[in-house]
Amino acid sequence: MTNFTSDEIIETVGMIASQKLDIRTVTLGVSLWDCSNPDPAKCAAKIREKLLTSADRLGPVAREIEGIYGLPIVNTRLSITPLSLVLPSTEREAFVEVAKVIDAAAGEVGVNFVGGFSSLIHKGETKVDEALLDSIPEVLSTTERLCASVSLASTRTGINIDGCSKMGRVILETAKLTAKADGIGCAKLVVFANAVEDNPFMAGAFYGPGEPERAILVGVSGPGTVLRALEKLGPGGNMGEVAETIKKTAFKITRAGELVGKEMAKRLGVEFGILDLSLAPTPAEGDSVAQILEELGLARAGAPGSTAALMMLNDAVKKGGAFASSSVGGLSGAFIPVSEDAAMIRAAEEGAISIEKLEAMTAVCSVGLDMVAVPGDVPEETIAAIIADEMAIGVANNKTTAVRIIPAPGKKEGDRVSFGGLLGEAPVMPVNRVSARNFIGRGGRIPAPLQGLRN
Amino acid sequence: METDKSRKIVIAVIGRDQVGIVAKVATVLAENAVNIEDISQKVFSGDVFAMTLMADITSSSLDLPGMTEKLERALDGMGLKVALHDAELFQYMHRV
Repeated sequence: MTNFTSDEIIETVGMIASQKLDIRTVTLGVSLWDCSNPDPAKCAAKIREKLLTSADRLGPVAREIEGIYGLPIVNTRLSITPLSLVLPSTEREAFVEVAKVIDAAAGEVGVNFVGGFSSLIHKGETKVDEALLDSIPEVLSTTERLCASVSLASTRTGINIDGCSKMGRVILETAKLTAKADGIGCAKLVVFANAVEDNPFMAGAFYGPGEPERAILVGVSGPGTVLRALEKLGPGGNMGEVAETIKKTAFKITRAGELVGKEMAKRLGVEFGILDLSLAPTPAEGDSVAQILEELGLARAGAPGSTAALMMLNDAVKKGGAFASSSVGGLSGAFIPVSEDAAMIRAAEEGAISIEKLEAMTAVCSVGLDMVAVPGDVPEETIAAIIADEMAIGVANNKTTAVRIIPAPGKKEGDRVSFGGLLGEAPVMPVNRVSARNFIGRGGRIPAPLQGLRN
Repeated sequence: METDKSRKIVIAVIGRDQVGIVAKVATVLAENAVNIEDISQKVFSGDVFAMTLMADITSSSLDLPGMTEKLERALDGMGLKVALHDAELFQYMHRV
């Protein structure tokens, strides 16, 4: 055993105690292939049993590991095979019935979210997908823990504009059904381009069809640790030194996650799937990606230069992480949700950042337009067009992009929405009202770009 | 890599400097068959105490949460924070 210096020990203890280095989520991926049954009651019963037997020790083992390494594990969660592949039913009600059973089972095993109420329609819908998509508003307004995601585009298939259009409607309907809570249902609904099959983070987690029976997927997070390291470097460090500092910090964070993931998997007797080293902010002060951008010298996130700064941050995180673990997967980069990041909220309130600038930034970070609140009266085709734009960025750049947008019912520009907890609160951001109706109305699919023809 | 036979932990105590901190920690460890292998302590700016310690807990019957509880009890009311971690965490984070 190597001896560690006091400085190394104090550094790590400080990362955990004051910079909020934690394991953001340990997500158990569970394949539901063997639960398929056209009868929703039978399908639900099988799923329930599988989830209960797979995850009954998830929480207790997470507590054990916390005790040993002194590293907090904030959430334990489940991700499941996209339900459209498990429940071969064309009845909307069948999906609602199964969703309620999954929600209750998740409560029994003590996880706070289950991801995988999902459809993969990047090339088109089946009748089963149609039933699932139609059930989303009711499912998200009547369940607590279920998260829905829909794959709408990929570099290999192009962009399903009919799907974007449909999701515009589904998002508005979900917002309406959860109007009393500012449209919170939409916070549990993500649409993707190039969806990732082993993402441990909510709301976009689902357990892809190519995954093994069960696997541990770990999401580490530490915007606070990166921020502190950059504060120590000070304003004098040049870009090369900044990138190097971020890389070294990402390395340490990733290693901590890898250790926890491997030990969790060993104790649960399942495979260690991946480690997702995303910098995922929380509303807590200092636990913020936007604040890292401020530390780099931008007065607010959204200032000119933000895209360049975020590109460096995202890239340095990946480089540090890739060296630290052979199991890097998921989204692995920086998240820029608005409502979940205190400094991003400030930037939005002051008008420093717009949806358009956020969109540009998503071209260089790991996800997309995330937790953005917009006025409740935005037309569905405008939401569809915002989604299509975001999908285009992902498809053309061969990367994952996503949209999690909340059209807050009855709210207008400048009002506030509040979701509570990790979901935070945000000002309602202005939306460009110039119509995209006729463009979205054309329907069909934007063909795969040349980048997709790589064989 | 370490074998399962020997288990090392790292303890860090940080807080208000005062007489007897090391003695109290060492007593709890000795009473629970924990062998101290390396210890380092310093007082910063006159009154901030920081101690880091590596120890072998192979012969101890206590687990880490149990030991944390004992140490916290021994240092209760002294304005100190105790953190215990399996040394593997540091091995992973600081060594390639």
